[in-house]
Amino acid sequence: MNVEFFSSAAEAMLAVDRITVSYPGDKNQVAAVKAVSFSLQKGDIGCLLGASGCGKTTVLRAIAGFEPLQSGSISLGGRILSSDKAIVAPEKRHVGMMFQDYALFPHLSVQDNIGFGLRALNKDQRHERVQAMLKLVGLSDMGARFPHELSGGQQQRVALARALAPEPELLLLDEPFSNLDVDTRERLAFELRDILKDTGHTALLVTHNHDEAFALADQIGVMSEGCLQQWASPSALHDAPVNDLVVAVLRRDTLAEKRLAARMRGKSL
Amino acid sequence: MLSSAQLHRRFETGVAWTGSTGLVVLLVLAPLLSLVLYAFDGSFAHWTHLLDNVIPRATVNTLALLAGVGVLVTCIGTGAAWLVSAHDFPTRRWLGWALLLPLAVPTYIIAFAYMDLWHPIGPIQTLMRDVLGIASPRDLRLPDVRSLAGAIFLLGFVLYPYVYLSTRFMFITQAAGMIEAARILGASPYSVVTRVALPLARPAIAVGVSLALLETLNDIGASEFLGVQTLTVAVYTTWITRSDLAGAAQIALSMLVIVVFLIQLEKRARRRQRYATVQRMRPMARTPLKGWHRAIAILLGWIPVLIGFIAPALYLVSEAFKRLDTVGAVSLPLLQAGLNTVGIAAVATVLTLAIGLMVAWSARRIRESASTVTPAQIGARAASLGYAVPGTVLAIGLLAPLLLVDQFLDTTLSLLGFSVGGLLLMGTSAGLLIAYVIRFLAISIGSFEAGLSRIPASIEQASRLLGEPPTRTLRLIHLPLLRPALVSAALLIFVDTMKELPATLLLRPLNFDTLATWLYAEASRGTYEEGAIAALLIVLVGLIPVILLARTQSKPLVPSRRAL
Repeated sequence: MNVEFFSSAAEAMLAVDRITVSYPGDKNQVAAVKAVSFSLQKGDIGCLLGASGCGKTTVLRAIAGFEPLQSGSISLGGRILSSDKAIVAPEKRHVGMMFQDYALFPHLSVQDNIGFGLRALNKDQRHERVQAMLKLVGLSDMGARFPHELSGGQQQRVALARALAPEPELLLLDEPFSNLDVDTRERLAFELRDILKDTGHTALLVTHNHDEAFALADQIGVMSEGCLQQWASPSALHDAPVNDLVVAVLRRDTLAEKRLAARMRGKSL
Repeated sequence: MLSSAQLHRRFETGVAWTGSTGLVVLLVLAPLLSLVLYAFDGSFAHWTHLLDNVIPRATVNTLALLAGVGVLVTCIGTGAAWLVSAHDFPTRRWLGWALLLPLAVPTYIIAFAYMDLWHPIGPIQTLMRDVLGIASPRDLRLPDVRSLAGAIFLLGFVLYPYVYLSTRFMFITQAAGMIEAARILGASPYSVVTRVALPLARPAIAVGVSLALLETLNDIGASEFLGVQTLTVAVYTTWITRSDLAGAAQIALSMLVIVVFLIQLEKRARRRQRYATVQRMRPMARTPLKGWHRAIAILLGWIPVLIGFIAPALYLVSEAFKRLDTVGAVSLPLLQAGLNTVGIAAVATVLTLAIGLMVAWSARRIRESASTVTPAQIGARAASLGYAVPGTVLAIGLLAPLLLVDQFLDTTLSLLGFSVGGLLLMGTSAGLLIAYVIRFLAISIGSFEAGLSRIPASIEQASRLLGEPPTRTLRLIHLPLLRPALVSAALLIFVDTMKELPATLLLRPLNFDTLATWLYAEASRGTYEEGAIAALLIVLVGLIPVILLARTQSKPLVPSRRAL
């Protein structure tokens, strides 16, 4: 551990400290997340990477306030949000979240969806902010439409605009691209990074796709079986993976590559 | 340290919400508990009197009635469902929804109508004599409708739609593929029915039959008009004519045994339905009927509609117009009864919806993955129990708790210096409202739970993260999305309250009549003055949900419990 680590930890926007989350199981309880710690600096984009069931989404939901902690603590900008004793209600955390299914309110128009979290503003301010957000995500002429009238990519942008509108201190993104086709996915990944960097938001995303992780993130955490194996910058992770579990997550071959390799070994797949 | 299950349970629902659900459960269970207490409190002299004289006869009558109605609704309901699902013939499409019409006719109204229709000098028997050329009623003796057989027959023809609906839905959604498979494997049309269709339909039939039988057990008007001493009638007379609460409670308890059996039947059938194959909305190929097959199909198909709806409805219309022609207007008391009915049904609907929403909301899942059962979810099940308790049993069970609360209110208020001088709950329609809420809460909880289950948890989470606390989220997100569920539940509860007779008879305040009790009073006096008008109004309002149901018939709609 070096001096640099301590200084960065002191300025951290998000600090996750040895959190354990468990689900009630059939007989004994199962820990979905075991003593996970990491921190994220203001303006950085973090990413939790791992296979499905590794606990990465549970970490995200614990930060949002939807999962109680068995132990450990989560703090944001110096405020403790969750510990094993107390929990701040989701609506009071100043955390935004983009859901995997976008969770757009079906009965509200696009502009009402985006304006939903802006109750503190008066009508004019709210209108102005909604228009600015629509412009930011490139949907200026779509404000009066309803969610079901939009394509998947457009819905995703509305979800992003809605989450960013109240200026959250931290934006959480749960598998942001999983519902999109491959072309849209690549285009939007870079667009998302640009928007987040331009507006200076701190963000934490969760994905199982290491292309997305390396394209978007400043810090990547590799998760496996409920534990955070390594938390590092993309280059550090690439150059010095700490163990085989990290290597396994990073070197995930495509089905085509696996089939090719099998054929070269003389087996069929 | 809390266990993870405790941690999650505490986290899922607010204490206040769970607490209010607890109060609702207490309200629903109070009448059942008080029944048990009173039944065993009563002296055993009563028991022996009841056991010797009342219970055996009433039990035999009730069981015979249930068995007869069960067989009849199974035959009519399943037969009609198979006829319109697997065959094509002229008027089939009309018949498909017309078969639902008898749902609009309460049991006491069909009995009321047929007492006149089937009277020796009534229209049917007169017509028969004219056709056969017989001069005197003495020369053509047909069985009297005022008998156990008459009651079975009439109840069967208004209650078969429960079986028709559930079975038809099963045939529409599930049978097509399997019937095609059976045909390809070489089964004849006849053996398709016996080897595939009927076994497939068995759970659906059981669900429909148990609903029809709960309705039979609930009936007081028809059995009383037709002179069948059932347990329901025995409870009523034991309390009203002999003021013997313990005795009434004892008979009521024996009815609850039958109820428990019927609920078990329904539950097991529903469980088996759940394991049935994935629903596929593909109607089975219908066989066109030709020649005399076609004539028989049309005839057989329309008979239940004719007996269960068209004949009694025409009778009521003609009697109502006759009355209006001779008198010119409806009497003031009948008008008052109509207003009472609409007023109390409206208040009961609002109350039941509000409480049902609260219970369903506190039992909702706020996390997709939650596998724990919260106390609020158990509460929602317990609060839905009232639908199965016959109105008479519910009313007898409520008497003691209501009196207790009245006395408590009276003493507290007089201590505080207010004198109300009377019974706040029993003396007003408050007691009646409580009974309605308990009885119809299942409709409201069921509709809201179904509606909530279609709203993804992430929608609520998004609202929370955007700064709205749970209660505002309920108002801004859930209520607008639940509006269709709310409207249909409101309609069903309103109509059910309007038609309710057994609990209303026992719990209404003095000089307070609804259309149903008005009709009951006229029929028991044998005066038949404006009864037809009251009955016609009830049937007309009852038609509204039936029409809506017919329009949505292609959608998954097994009548929610005793919904119609």
